[in-house]
Amino acid sequence: MKKTILSASLLASLIALIASANLSAAAGAPCGNYLSEDGLTKGECKEAYVDATDKASLQRGAQVYMNYCLGCHSLKYARYKKVSEDLEIPLSMFQDNLIFGDQKIGDLILAGMDPKEAKEWFGNAPPDLTLEAGLRGPDWIYSYLTSFYIDESRPLGVNNKVYENVGMPHVLIDMQGTPRSVCRQMPLIASNGGIKQDPLTGEQLTQEKCGFLEVDNGTGEMTPEEFDQAMLDLTNFLAYMTDPLKIERETIGTYVLLYLFIFTMLSYLLYREFKKDLH
Amino acid sequence: MVTKIMNWFDDRLPLTATIERHLTKYPAPINMNIWYLAGVLLVVVLVIQLASGIWLLMNYEPTAEGAFASIQYIMRDVEYGYIIRYMHTTGASAFFALIFLHMFRGMMYGSYQKPRELLWVLGWITYLLLCMLGFTGYVLPWGQMSFWAAQVIMSLFGSIPYIGEDLLTWIRGDYLISGITLNRLFAFHVVLLPLALIAVVFVHILALHEVGSNNPDGVDVKKFKDEDGVPLDTKPFFPYDITHDLYAIGVFLIFFVTIMFFYPDGGGYVIEYVNYEAADNLKTPEHIVPSWYYTPYYAMLRAVTFPLFGLTAKFLGFVVMAAGIAIFVALPWLDRSPVKSIRYKGNYSKFFLALFVVSFFVLGYLGTVTSTPGRTLAAQIFTVTYFAYFLLMPIYTKYEKCKPVPDRVQLG
Repeated sequence: MKKTILSASLLASLIALIASANLSAAAGAPCGNYLSEDGLTKGECKEAYVDATDKASLQRGAQVYMNYCLGCHSLKYARYKKVSEDLEIPLSMFQDNLIFGDQKIGDLILAGMDPKEAKEWFGNAPPDLTLEAGLRGPDWIYSYLTSFYIDESRPLGVNNKVYENVGMPHVLIDMQGTPRSVCRQMPLIASNGGIKQDPLTGEQLTQEKCGFLEVDNGTGEMTPEEFDQAMLDLTNFLAYMTDPLKIERETIGTYVLLYLFIFTMLSYLLYREFKKDLH
Repeated sequence: MVTKIMNWFDDRLPLTATIERHLTKYPAPINMNIWYLAGVLLVVVLVIQLASGIWLLMNYEPTAEGAFASIQYIMRDVEYGYIIRYMHTTGASAFFALIFLHMFRGMMYGSYQKPRELLWVLGWITYLLLCMLGFTGYVLPWGQMSFWAAQVIMSLFGSIPYIGEDLLTWIRGDYLISGITLNRLFAFHVVLLPLALIAVVFVHILALHEVGSNNPDGVDVKKFKDEDGVPLDTKPFFPYDITHDLYAIGVFLIFFVTIMFFYPDGGGYVIEYVNYEAADNLKTPEHIVPSWYYTPYYAMLRAVTFPLFGLTAKFLGFVVMAAGIAIFVALPWLDRSPVKSIRYKGNYSKFFLALFVVSFFVLGYLGTVTSTPGRTLAAQIFTVTYFAYFLLMPIYTKYEKCKPVPDRVQLG
């Protein structure tokens, strides 16, 4: 009888587990029309490398953010000083290079643009990005940043694969160069996962697939690899923004756990000692 | 010296007597098992919530304009503020996980049966209060999910025939969810509900100590006593239970701290990702889900898709959902079994209890996902099986064949 209950609750927890796995998969916002490099999956985000301990990457990300993003997107829950401390950027260097206008080092990081005017210009005020990585996930941000392409039908001349018809201009186009949505001949994949071939000639069968992104050669200040790295740095910086105290939290957590392990071990020994009286 | 001080107090207050009765000499059955730990852990979580809540309160700003930013202020600028907040959010989920285990224990071993009916009812009231605390607390960060969850839950009152619309306005204090609503939910969350919770928990424990703890065999340990009148099959709380509980608290805190420091979002269950965005009454999130501990009832709410007797589907769903929470209170009077514990009950009881558990989990899952026709049908079926456990209980407990109950508790 005990077993029935036990197996029932086991079964139930199994269902719950499957359920939770299901949900966490759905939790990262899906990436619109984003096409993977091999052309096989659509709408799944590209995986971003996020590492809160990589200070160099965070510093580069901060540099891009302050220079290209902060004009419109505030980080209004965070303070300059904390960023300079966390990212190990000397205060004076930070002040001279990364703070614009008359903002002070202890201030919240506000955007230069007036939200009301922004709404008139872009249809929507650019959102604050302090918590964007928590809301959408770093993978989404990375995919989004690398998914702009030229689309003359849009008012700003660009569109985005991840966020279709977004109101944001491609701010980093000088860096990246001119990205275009192109079609490619891709090998046909059979249901068993292999590449389909012509039964007579043995030639690989191909199919035209559209939606790949390519940058016109030599139009950008950066090579595609450099640009990709810059976007990873920027993503890393935004992930840090959402959870700035991750490293401190996990360090303290480790000590707390260590303490609890010792406490639990001692309390177990105490319990075992008293238990002897009972039997 | 200590004796002198104690004597001074004992002449003016039943101090020693109270400590002995409720703590040191409280007789606990020797065959209590792991299921009996949820109770003491609930007290631990209650203390965690009260302590962390007070510290949050020192920095939180209960206004529609300032609430969201004040949470981020706590997370970033207040020294160790993030620890306090994560303690509170993890504590909320732990509270529900434990109370579900605690309730299930009671259902399994018949802890609601005579003479523990009142104890059960008091426990049920703490569950109700906890549901309200969870809801009101969830709204306070004033993120997107806070706002829209409040919108959905409060609009349920609007579905009540005739008085619904006016009632809804009265509850909200406004024509839509606003800072006024936030303020009143805040007042409930930090004053009224915790006060009520502490009071009811106190009486719950008093009632427990009056009737004594049940045990996995469901036998009455008071039948056989030694010459001092202490039941034979019990051990004093001090030192035997306290050392046992201390060990259990250690193990529990290891889990708690792991979530709190390393997975504070809990994969979107402890803190929903949508709540990273400040409340915006012009922008509905694509998919509104309540916290995981309400999802079984949310699934019931959505399972009712048809109007009946001139009542709207929404109102009926509300009624079913409320009934799903309320029906626990009737358990002592639904169970006609001569035995308490599932160990000696018949096969029907075992089957229906297992069915209940499965229904609860499946409904819980269905409450987290978007509805499709198939899922709605599943939710309807499992809502029926959920209620079947309760409503058919007078029949199956009366006619099933039970095993003989031993006189004394069984060990090993």
